[in-house]
Amino acid sequence: MITKTVNQKAWFLVLPVLLIVALNAVIPLMTVVNYSVQDTFSPGVFFFEGTKWYKEVLSSPRFHGALGRQFLYTAIILAIEIPLGVLVALAMPRKGPWVSACLVLMALPLLIPWNVVGAMWNIFALPDIGLLGYGLNWLGFDYNYTQQPVSAWMTVILMDVWHWTSLVVLLAYAGLSSIPDAYYQAAKIDGASAFAVFRYIQLPKMKRVLIIALLLRFMDSFMVYTEPFVLTGGGPGNSTTFLSIDLVKAAIGEFNLGIAAAMSILYFLMTLLVCWVFYTAMMRGEES
Amino acid sequence: MKPLAWMAWTWPTGAFFIFIAVCLITMFVWEMVKPGGDPRVGVLGLDTTRGDRLFISLLGSAYIHVAWLGLTDLPLWWGSVVCGFFALAVFRWV
Repeated sequence: MITKTVNQKAWFLVLPVLLIVALNAVIPLMTVVNYSVQDTFSPGVFFFEGTKWYKEVLSSPRFHGALGRQFLYTAIILAIEIPLGVLVALAMPRKGPWVSACLVLMALPLLIPWNVVGAMWNIFALPDIGLLGYGLNWLGFDYNYTQQPVSAWMTVILMDVWHWTSLVVLLAYAGLSSIPDAYYQAAKIDGASAFAVFRYIQLPKMKRVLIIALLLRFMDSFMVYTEPFVLTGGGPGNSTTFLSIDLVKAAIGEFNLGIAAAMSILYFLMTLLVCWVFYTAMMRGEES
Repeated sequence: MKPLAWMAWTWPTGAFFIFIAVCLITMFVWEMVKPGGDPRVGVLGLDTTRGDRLFISLLGSAYIHVAWLGLTDLPLWWGSVVCGFFALAVFRWV
């Protein structure tokens, strides 16, 4: 059925937002597109290169490596944080004096800035003086995140899980809190098992918030920069050089603005595609 | 220093953004003249409005161009032609 929109004046109300977005997102993005087709050697001096940087980036083993590490990192983060967050939310009390205490405790890691988290874990995981590093070596594990790629990966992942699982917990808890008691009472009357209650009541009711959690955690972990940079600086070697770290190295460290801009556009396209997929999934979930 | 020199404009990138702006203005005028109405379900099983179909066309075209640059040595214009057909298909069937 074709319906005509009656009042178009409401569109003018979004104009302020449009202006802000134009200033802080669209204009910088346009500039990055301009840089991605040019080379520069000094401020204000540009040479048109066409699609050269895109071809170079797309065939660069360095970019492929950083992209592969980025996807692996994001996949591991999501595989750990989403189920763990749901489990913790299920274990948290719904009523009583402990609710506030649990919520505050869960919110604490989220309040700490990224660079502080990186610095904290940098010291915490040092093999000679850090509690974690020293403890693991004392227990007989060969652990040194400054020299071993596996140790560095474990530390970077553990740090992210520590910092961001709380976000999933809080979202999942909000989803669980919105389920009316009548659902649980009906399940009890039917003699449903704890798993059946989770599968047919809690999980469907949490679906929407979990998609939001998945989207937020995907975006944050896919764009992660500060925490691993402060902790490992992208090393040892290039083992924890993720896409954003590589991008900053190219742009600021090497002053390859053309390559960095082409990488940024490809990065942006990947993020945009995933956002659209999540948004579509969320909207479909809402309709169903 | 020329105005907007810091943005390092070139004719091809300027033409690209003018094309995007023309697409958006065309969609706006099309919607005013002949409203697209409720979303429809296409071959992908998605509810899409005209705006959604434009977004899918533009995003898909970006990926086609990237794939063209990464996988072939053929002129990029050919990829743009493929994108034109892709956009037509999206507006017709998605």
